[in-house]
Amino acid sequence: MSVKKITGEVYLKWYEDMLFWRKFEDKAAALYIQQKIRGFLHLYNGQEAILAGSLLAMNPGDKMITAYRNHVQPIGMGVDPRRVMAELMGKDTGTSHGKGGSMHIFSKEHHFYGGHGIVGGQIPLGAGLAFADKYLENPNVTLTYMGDGAVRQGAFHETLNLAAMWQLPVVFIIENNGYAMGTSVERSANHGDIWKLGLGYNIPCGPVEGMNPVNVYKGVQEAVDRARSGGGPSLLEIKTYRYKGHSMSDAQHYRTKDEVAEYQKIDPITQVKDVILKKKYASSAELEEIDARVKVKVNECVEFGEESPFPDASSLYKHIYDQENYPFIKE
Amino acid sequence: MRTIQFREAIAEAMSEEMRLDPNIFLCGEEVAEYNGAYKASKGMLDEFGPKRVLDTPISELGFSGISIGAAMNGLRPIVEFMTFNFSLVAIDQIINNAAKMKQMSGGQFNIPIVFRGPTASAGQLGATHSQAFESWFANTPGLKVVIPSNPYDAKGLLKSAIRDNDPVIFMESEQMYGDKMEVPEEEYLIPIGKADVKRVGTDVTIVSFGKIIKVAYEAADILAEEGISCEIIDLRTVRPIDYDTVIESVKKTNRLVMLEEAWPLGNISTEITYMVQKRAFDYLDAPIIRVCSADTPMAYAPTLVEEYLPNAQRLIEAIKSVSYAK
Repeated sequence: MSVKKITGEVYLKWYEDMLFWRKFEDKAAALYIQQKIRGFLHLYNGQEAILAGSLLAMNPGDKMITAYRNHVQPIGMGVDPRRVMAELMGKDTGTSHGKGGSMHIFSKEHHFYGGHGIVGGQIPLGAGLAFADKYLENPNVTLTYMGDGAVRQGAFHETLNLAAMWQLPVVFIIENNGYAMGTSVERSANHGDIWKLGLGYNIPCGPVEGMNPVNVYKGVQEAVDRARSGGGPSLLEIKTYRYKGHSMSDAQHYRTKDEVAEYQKIDPITQVKDVILKKKYASSAELEEIDARVKVKVNECVEFGEESPFPDASSLYKHIYDQENYPFIKE
Repeated sequence: MRTIQFREAIAEAMSEEMRLDPNIFLCGEEVAEYNGAYKASKGMLDEFGPKRVLDTPISELGFSGISIGAAMNGLRPIVEFMTFNFSLVAIDQIINNAAKMKQMSGGQFNIPIVFRGPTASAGQLGATHSQAFESWFANTPGLKVVIPSNPYDAKGLLKSAIRDNDPVIFMESEQMYGDKMEVPEEEYLIPIGKADVKRVGTDVTIVSFGKIIKVAYEAADILAEEGISCEIIDLRTVRPIDYDTVIESVKKTNRLVMLEEAWPLGNISTEITYMVQKRAFDYLDAPIIRVCSADTPMAYAPTLVEEYLPNAQRLIEAIKSVSYAK
C-alpha cells in the first residue's frame, strides 16, 4: 500500500478546503432562503472529512460519482467553484448551463460524473465507468459514493454482484450519516453494520471512522490500491454525520439537538485545526488569514453567480440529442 | 440475392459494426455461451471473445446501468433484453440516466447505447410477457425508438442505431426472428426517423410499425380483391416520427386507419391522430380509426388472446368504415 505521509502541508490544505466547502454550503443555504437558489438543496456540512480524505487517495484520472449531495465534490476535483454556485442559481455560466441544478453537477474535464437524483441510480453508473476503464486498459479507479439509504435499493445489490464478478476497479463508498432523509439506519433494516453487505458478494469490506480525514484517507487508499492493482471492488461504510437537514425543508423531528451537538464536538474541521495548532503547522494568525481568504472566495462565487445571466429560453432544445437537427415536436 | 432470417440480420448488423469499432460490446442474458435466447447473437462469442460479448446474470437494472456508465466513459454498448417486458426493472436507468444525461450535464456526456430485444406479444405468454412498450419509451425526450418490421429494415436500422451517438431503443419480436428475406451482403444503412411506404395505394392510408404490420398486408390483400386500394406506411421509427410521410399520404387518400399492438390510451396512434387533425384536418373524409390491443392486460386463453389482439378482420372493418363501404 502506497501510504502518503500526512504532512503539515496536507493538513493546511485540508483545513482550507474543508472550511471553504463548509462556508460554500452555508452561503448556498442563505441564498436558498433569499430564493436565489430554488428546488432542492442538499448540504454536505459535517461530512467533509470523507471528501478530503478520499481526494488524497486519488490519482489524476481517477473518477468520482455520487448522488445529489454533490456541490463540493466537484470543487474538490478541481472544478471552478464559481461555476458550481452559478449552477445552483440556474445560471448559464453554471457547470450544466443551468440545466442541471443543485442535484446535477458534472465535469467531464475534472472526472466528476455527477450529481444524480434517484437514490442508488448512480451506483451502476460508477461500476460502468470502471468497466470502461478496465475495457480500455486505463489504470484508473472510480470512487462511487452513496448514502446509507441507497444500500436498500436493488441497484446497489445488482451492481455489487456484477462488479465483483467482473472484478471492476471501483470503490463503493457508503457515507452513512445515520439517516435516509428522516429514516434512521436502524429503522431501514434488521441489521446495523452496513459494510457487512459486502460479505455476501465476497467483496473486501469494512467500516471506516469518517469524522477525521486521516482515517478516511487510510481506508480509501487501501481500497483504491486494491482496485488499481487488479484486486477488484471494495465496499467501505464511512460513518459520518450531516449537521443540516436532508434538504432545506426538513424540521428534523427525527433527531435531537443534543445528538447534533455531540457530533459537532468531533467536527472534522475542528479536528484538523487542533492538529495544525498543536503541531505548529501554522499559527492562529495564519489560520485567520485562511479564514479571510475563504470568505473572499465564497463571496466571489456569489458575485459571479449573481452577475451571470440565466440561460436564454432558446437553449431549451439544446443538449438533448447529439443529433443537431433532431425534429422536436413543437405543435 | 441470398435470403437470411431476421435473427441473422440482427447478428450481422452487430458483428459488422463490432468489426469496425473495438469500443462496441454486447451484453445481456444468454447472449454469449447460449448464442442468444433467440439466437440473435449466434457465433458472436466465438468471433469477438468474452471481453466483448458478455453473459450477465438476471440483473437488468444492474447491467443496463453499468452499460450507461461505460457509455459515459467512451464505450458504445449494445444491451440485449431477452424481452422488453424485462426492461421494466431497468427503466429508471433508461429514462433517468440514458435519456437525460446529456441535458443534465449541459451537453457534456453523450450516451451512445442501444437497448435491443423483442417487444409486444408472442403467443399465449400471459400478462407479464406480452406488452408493447413502444409508446412508453417514445414519450421520453432524449431517446430514439426504432422498430423494424422485416429483416432488411432490421439490419440497416440496427447498424444506424449502433452508430448513433444518442441512446436508441431497438425493438424486435420473438415472432419475427424466423422471418426470411433477401438481404444484400453489401453494406447498407437505413436512416433513423424515416418512414417507409411499404405499399402504394390510393383509397386508404394504413399506418403501422413492427410485426403487427403483417396484419395490414393480409387485410390489404383481401380488400384489393374488393377494389379498395390501401397505402401501407411503416413508421420504422416511433421517436422521432416521420409525420411528413403520413401527412402526404393522408392528403392523397383522405382516410387513415392506425394499426398498432399497444394499449389504446396515449399510444402512437393517438399521437399520429393528433398530428393529422392538426396538419391535414381539411383533407379528412372520415374520422380516423385506430385498431390496437384491448384496454386490458393480455390473458392466457386462446379465445381471449384472439379477442385482445388486432387482426385482419378488425382492420378490414375499420378500413371499410372510413371508406363508407359495406
